[in-house]
Amino acid sequence: MDKKSNQAIESIDPRITRAKIQTGNKTDMEGLAHFQTFEVFHQNKRGAQHKHVGIVHAPNPDMALLYAKEQYARREVTANIWVVPSSCVSATEYSDDDIFTTAPKKLYRNPATYKVMDRINAFKERGSKPTDKV
Amino acid sequence: MNSIEALKELLYKMADDQLIIGHRNSEWTGLGPILEEDIAFSSMAQDKVGQSEHLYNLLHQLGEADADTVAFTRNAGQFHSSKFVELPIGDYSFSLMRHFLFDFAEYLRFESLRESAYEPLAQVAKKFFGEIKYHTMHANTWVNQLGKGNEESHRKMQDSLNYAWNYALGIFEPGPAEKILIDENIFIGEENLQKRWLDVITPLIKNSGLSIPSTDKWKPVYGGRNGNHTEHLQPLLEEMTEVYSIDPSADW
Repeated sequence: MDKKSNQAIESIDPRITRAKIQTGNKTDMEGLAHFQTFEVFHQNKRGAQHKHVGIVHAPNPDMALLYAKEQYARREVTANIWVVPSSCVSATEYSDDDIFTTAPKKLYRNPATYKVMDRINAFKERGSKPTDKV
Repeated sequence: MNSIEALKELLYKMADDQLIIGHRNSEWTGLGPILEEDIAFSSMAQDKVGQSEHLYNLLHQLGEADADTVAFTRNAGQFHSSKFVELPIGDYSFSLMRHFLFDFAEYLRFESLRESAYEPLAQVAKKFFGEIKYHTMHANTWVNQLGKGNEESHRKMQDSLNYAWNYALGIFEPGPAEKILIDENIFIGEENLQKRWLDVITPLIKNSGLSIPSTDKWKPVYGGRNGNHTEHLQPLLEEMTEVYSIDPSADW
């Protein structure tokens, strides 16, 4: 290693200078080999679905939960958090994404196309009682 | 000493502890061991400064100067923080151990203050209890992880515990206000708090594979509550107040 790459960083930020960081030091990351990624799922209230929000790096689930809280729940209303090792996720291949194509004539499978939603919404707007005729 | 003076003594030492350790721990921002930890530790440091502001506001309601003035215009000799919180951040094992020892004390302090007869303080204690609880979870998870990690991590944590111990005992330095605070149900008192703290942390430290120094070595480092500090506090204050000293009206 040449002399220049081994100097401590001098900064206008006194904290940086105090930390005596060597400019040539690139070995720090090697110690992180035992870290893995965890998928983070966030629930905003009890009973609601947990929704996938991102990942964190951590050496174990306990630490992953600590980090998930800071990164995904600090500014969100939160009831609960799950973390799951990314290695536990099984996924389809993008090259097989044609399996998800739905033929146009099978759109009846999509519940959003049901006409009954209009009547349900109208029922809700009227604030009617369950015994009302729809 | 009347009960208002006693209350001020309690609020000043709590607020000053929070401000100084918050500033100290913020020195890790950008330098944390990994990104996620950097974010978590910085957030907690910010929490501490926020908590100190709420406590300074309570002091302001009792006739003291406003939070910024109190935080930024005093010299080391006017601070009531324990010597423990002003010690330099050291290496990460020391910062984590201090975080563990200090935050469990704060957690138990706030837990008891939720029942304080001084209602504004009870409100602040309830408001921040969850925040501090997370701090203790973070601290305990790390101490456990590194205490039981490999030989090097265990040694560093044990060395840090040995070094930190007598300073940590200094958190519970008794003051002239103790009796009034206890009699008026404002606070359980430092002696009681220390007992609760030992009951909670002793099994946690043991469970992390670490050992508390034997009682014959216990020599609490007092003085901070009376404005006697180590040489480390004044430089910290000068760094913390640099912007304020140049322009007291600066907004950021």
